[in-house]
Amino acid sequence: MDQYLLKLYVTGRTPRSQQAIDNLDALLKDGSHDHYRLEVIDVLEDPQRAEEHKVLATPTLIKELPPPVRRVIGDLSDRHQVLLGLDLESVPDSEGGDAND
Amino acid sequence: MTEGTGAAGVGKFATGIPGFEYISDGGLPAGRATLVAGSSGSGKSIFSAQFLVAGIQQAGDPGVFVTFEEPPAAIRDNFESLDWAIGEWEAQGLWAFVDLSPEEEQPEVAGDFDLGALLPRIEHAVNRVGARRLVIDSIGTLYSQFSDRHMVRRALGQLMAAVRRMGVTTLVTAERTEEYGAVARFEVEEFVADSVVLLRNILDGDKRRRTLEILKMRGTSHQKGEYPFSVSAEAEGVSIIPLSAIELNQPASTERASFGVPELDAMCAGGLLRRSVSLVAGPTGTGKSLLSSHFLTGAPDERALLIAFEEGSDQLRRNADGWGLPLRAMEERGSLRIESAYPETAALEDHLVRLKNVLDEFRPERVALDSLSALERIGSDRGFREFLIALVAHLRAQGITTLLTTNTSNLQGGGIASEAQVSSMTDTILLLRYAEQAAQVKRALVVLKMRGSDQDKAVREFTVSDRGIRVGEPLQGKGGTLLGFTGV
Repeated sequence: MDQYLLKLYVTGRTPRSQQAIDNLDALLKDGSHDHYRLEVIDVLEDPQRAEEHKVLATPTLIKELPPPVRRVIGDLSDRHQVLLGLDLESVPDSEGGDAND
Repeated sequence: MTEGTGAAGVGKFATGIPGFEYISDGGLPAGRATLVAGSSGSGKSIFSAQFLVAGIQQAGDPGVFVTFEEPPAAIRDNFESLDWAIGEWEAQGLWAFVDLSPEEEQPEVAGDFDLGALLPRIEHAVNRVGARRLVIDSIGTLYSQFSDRHMVRRALGQLMAAVRRMGVTTLVTAERTEEYGAVARFEVEEFVADSVVLLRNILDGDKRRRTLEILKMRGTSHQKGEYPFSVSAEAEGVSIIPLSAIELNQPASTERASFGVPELDAMCAGGLLRRSVSLVAGPTGTGKSLLSSHFLTGAPDERALLIAFEEGSDQLRRNADGWGLPLRAMEERGSLRIESAYPETAALEDHLVRLKNVLDEFRPERVALDSLSALERIGSDRGFREFLIALVAHLRAQGITTLLTTNTSNLQGGGIASEAQVSSMTDTILLLRYAEQAAQVKRALVVLKMRGSDQDKAVREFTVSDRGIRVGEPLQGKGGTLLGFTGV
């Protein structure tokens, strides 16, 4: 059961792309948001999906579920802004389960 | 297939936009980007969209439209009135949008980013449809969306480098704030400096005119100066009016187009010269419409077009009935057409485009336009002159025999409105006037000039009845009385 559906658009395997992935991983782990599914999309490999989702800036993180759809751009180093942008701050911390299960 | 070689080894790419190939000496630099800069409302989007439309319609060239401003749905709707079936072309793989229009909600910024999806999306669209034409509308918009100017500059630089690499002939639009100031806002011309087209929407007197000027074109030749252009549904978009392309001195024929009235033909050495342009000038009520109607019905088997700016079609039909002229019968047979319009309903450029379309479609042999004076009042002097040059050139190029009418303000005739400019374009001038003789006011007709003919030089009286015009004897009397109207 995926409570959160997250999509992260990056451009190639650049340090910045990796930075965003790492930052997001850490945030999801620390925040114990255990029910989520994350998909990483490389716009160089799948530009059509970037077109469909109107992604211009990279990295772009889109929270598709639960509604409303929200998007955050940047390497996600500003944790506060990420949580704010995704409407995640209202999610209560749980007992620190492993987010990567 | 649409490429040709211009000067300096740079190929030219024919756009298909009416008039553009002439002023650009063959089209846009092939495989390169050209900047189209203009103030808001100058027609940048429609001009660049038409570049794609012409490609699809005339050459089967697929195109990509990158929109930074309006979303694709709005663009499809906007251009529906021009009969541009963008949605269908998308379905056929001839048109693709790259939608970079701003989101309603600004995304939260959480760390460093760049515009990494810009190039992949554009390149993907170009490859997907096999685009030969690309439009980027408009390039400066990113500066107002993102505060990091360095990032935007870098992205735009990369974009223009990618356009060169792809070798797709491209129009890049940019906003200007002044009609005669810097080329564009945000210094975007640093990325596309080689070729620049300026569109203007300027106030000329109290009228607005649209013009197009090629500022430079990658070292290849092009025409200089501002050219009027029109945007209309009839022309399905933009038409540029290439004035200097116009050859005014094509030889007129020596054949004659009869008025169908022997005395009138006799005054003109047999009738009006075919393929020539004649002017009938005179004050109100002297019989300009009468002469036009005689001319159009002079040979019932020839196709005739009446362009009426003074009276409605019903009135014109009734007038002709009253003069016993078969205007109505010819119209019913389809050999005569009346195009009547209020001058004020459109700008001169739009009238011109409409008339050209009517001429191309109906293919008349004779045309009468009644009157130039009605059109003169809706434009500036310059706009009117340009209209007239372009119309006359089109009529001559089609081999049409033309009669134009104009009002003269004073009752004696003479003082032809816009005399110098109109008369230099016409081969024949017929002057109608009032004259006094033996204490009576009479109407008189004289052939003032007739290129290459030995015409009657007498001032003749004429009368009008239910059988049309009757030309009488030369008016007798002292010269002074003949040429003047001494009583008023």
